[in-house]
Amino acid sequence: MRGATHARWVACALVVALAATACGGGDSDTGGGGSDGIVTSSWGDPQNPLEPANTNEVQGGKVLDMIFRGLKRYNPETGAAEDMLAESIETDDSINFTITLKDGWTFSNGEAVTAQSFVDAWNYGAYLENNQRNAFFFSDIAGYDDVHPEEGQPTAETMSGLKVVDDTSFTVQLSAQFSTWPDTLGYAAFAPLPQAFFDDHDAWLAKPVGNGPYAVDSYQRGSKMSLRRWDDYPGDDKAQNGGIDLNVYTDNTTAYTDLTAGNLDLVDDIPASQLANVEADLGDRYINTPAGIIQTLAFPYYDPAWNTPDSDKVRKGISRAINRDQITETIFQNTRTPAKDWTSPVLGEEGGYRDNLCGEFCEYDPNAAKSLIEEGGGLPGGRMTISYNADTGSHKEWVDAVCNSINNALDNEQACVGNPIGTFADFRNQITQSRMTGPFRAGWQMDYPLIQNFLEPLYYTNASSNDGKWSNEQFDELVDQANAESDMATAVDTFIQAEEIVRDDMAAVPLWYQNGSAGYSQRISNVKLNPFSVPVYNEITVN
Amino acid sequence: MGRYVIRRLLQMVPVFFGATLLIFLMVNVMGDPIAGLCGERACDPATEAQLRQEFGLDKPLWQQYLTYMGNLFTGDFGTAFNGQPVIDLMADAFPITIRLTLVAIVFEIIIGISLGVVTGLRRGRPVDTSVLVLTLVVISVPTFVTGLLAQLLFGVKWDLIRPAVSPEAPLDELILPGLVLASVSLAYVTRLTRTSIAENTRSDYVRTAKAKGLPRRRVISRHLLRNSLIPVVTFIGTDIGALMGGAIVTERIFNIHGVGYQLYQGIVRQSSQTVVGFVTVLVLVFLLANLLVDLLYAVLDPRIRYA
Repeated sequence: MRGATHARWVACALVVALAATACGGGDSDTGGGGSDGIVTSSWGDPQNPLEPANTNEVQGGKVLDMIFRGLKRYNPETGAAEDMLAESIETDDSINFTITLKDGWTFSNGEAVTAQSFVDAWNYGAYLENNQRNAFFFSDIAGYDDVHPEEGQPTAETMSGLKVVDDTSFTVQLSAQFSTWPDTLGYAAFAPLPQAFFDDHDAWLAKPVGNGPYAVDSYQRGSKMSLRRWDDYPGDDKAQNGGIDLNVYTDNTTAYTDLTAGNLDLVDDIPASQLANVEADLGDRYINTPAGIIQTLAFPYYDPAWNTPDSDKVRKGISRAINRDQITETIFQNTRTPAKDWTSPVLGEEGGYRDNLCGEFCEYDPNAAKSLIEEGGGLPGGRMTISYNADTGSHKEWVDAVCNSINNALDNEQACVGNPIGTFADFRNQITQSRMTGPFRAGWQMDYPLIQNFLEPLYYTNASSNDGKWSNEQFDELVDQANAESDMATAVDTFIQAEEIVRDDMAAVPLWYQNGSAGYSQRISNVKLNPFSVPVYNEITVN
Repeated sequence: MGRYVIRRLLQMVPVFFGATLLIFLMVNVMGDPIAGLCGERACDPATEAQLRQEFGLDKPLWQQYLTYMGNLFTGDFGTAFNGQPVIDLMADAFPITIRLTLVAIVFEIIIGISLGVVTGLRRGRPVDTSVLVLTLVVISVPTFVTGLLAQLLFGVKWDLIRPAVSPEAPLDELILPGLVLASVSLAYVTRLTRTSIAENTRSDYVRTAKAKGLPRRRVISRHLLRNSLIPVVTFIGTDIGALMGGAIVTERIFNIHGVGYQLYQGIVRQSSQTVVGFVTVLVLVFLLANLLVDLLYAVLDPRIRYA
């Protein structure tokens, strides 16, 4: 039986080929309405392990915002830093702070939140060998250099600036004066961690435990996280719904389609391609609110051609050659607002936002642009490229539009072209290695709603996000001065003076403020986005 | 036959090493992945060095490759940047993609071959012409158009299916995505079968079979179809590999968390461990599928012998 032998070998080979196959399956049902209703929301796989000091993007941030509460919390509407777990944060000299905690807070596993929970968490976040991406958030604390030296091995495991006084209070010593430091404490990296985190780290990562209004019910990495309301949550921002199911979508367009088909309740990232139809599809269930994000064009100051004495005129000319109104309207369907300064409207007048700071330099005037660029000696080499990463965020459209606007202003079809770079990592790589030869896309999402966060990390000499390596002594001095200033209003004024220096040199060309956009189903209401463009999940109600 | 299979399996070894080395080099050409991990800011140098060490990127490339291959044979595929072992990602992704591929292959075999037989036997008739035109349309329309259109019509307008597949991806939710994934190949299978059938209807053995007075059904199924299937089997066999690795578009449209999605995410994040791991497994699948095809030849055509 020749045929049978053949068939047997075929079967053998088949078995080998399918050996890896296993069967998944199983259905989960969500239902119910009212205060126990479950909200389904779109999600993306967090880029880094889900730890407070290791999360620096919005997808992981969403979860942390639900399962953690820190010393401060940013008001979802105004962005103001308000005391959450902190009873008081006191200082006389802007260097030594005494932090007192409120009573009665626990983690969802019953463990009490004590001063030790904070000190341990911060020490963990700062310690070099824990590989935390956000370690530098602790760099203001005295002793940071010992646990996280720039080179070599750490010489200590804990920061000398942190001292536990008793269960409900601890002291913090900073390495330099920083008056608004307490307002940074709403950032997720400063969250407290339970002992369970240190005892069994892998188990914690598989099912994180925090002290926020939600507790993680189940977590299938890369596909789904179910969060349920924690009924014993001691805070006054209790969840108004039964829980949130975060579903990972492969593509935001798919999530949007699922929303329109009625299978998903909330999409917090409307794809650019759908912006034109979104009002027709969702009507008033579409929200488009300002977020603390600004997009700018940065310049390579390490390239002598872009750093001549008169090159500020060229940069101002470029700024004036960009028709921001037209681009935000036609390409972004008004989900971006033309920039008028280097901060964000979410800061408010009090926080340091000034809608007249950039003034004429951000106004479109092709003739003025042309003469400014000529006065400044023209574009280096007669042409420029705008570099951007082509893999995410539909940057190509606006870069081409900006170039087009510049080309029209200069009557030269060859003056500006886009320069796409394949992946975000490669783009960042070329930037950090100072390999840019022309302007490039720079985006900034605030970590906390302070004017300091829009200026210092981006324009201070050698700051972590000073991608163009711009440097100005006067600016640095003013920032130092503002940080040391104990009066909030004076500090803001000093920061604005520093921002004026950014303007006078046109260190970066501000393009537009980015809005957060979201759409939701008829099942839910009371949906809004906070200034970080993250939905305020705990306030959502299910109809 | 047994010796043939063993020889083929041995031949896979150098192909496997060569392919993984190539992938490894290519992924490294994409650039340094660490810079992308810190968002819109430069990683501080100490953390960067630490991350580099954690993922073994501080070693020279050849050493990275050797370490990687060494780990591979102990079943360790490394860790993705989000801290998840790549083997876990595979355990999640491959069952789903295999299910999707099976659905697609079943569609190709059932619809593709039947249409091919029908048109091959009725050459030049209206049914032949209309199927030919139809396949031409399917081939010329890109998959993402077919996919988005099908999703919109069936999922949103007529509300027959869920437009996005749930994370577990049960078989019934994969029917439409499977059909979309199969569509282009299906059209090729139809055309291949048609040509092959049309050619063989005039061959000697068919005439002999008819002359012997065999019923038409038996002539077609036992003699004509079996011999005509060889090019089709070749195509479907190689298509298994292509479908498994090339479902990126379909998987993204229908929210299927399979191999294509993991590969896409791995590439975007430049997670070399993810990409190399998945592609390595795909190389194996491809090699095994090819072996399978060669073995099936002998089943289909008794004239072919392996020794």
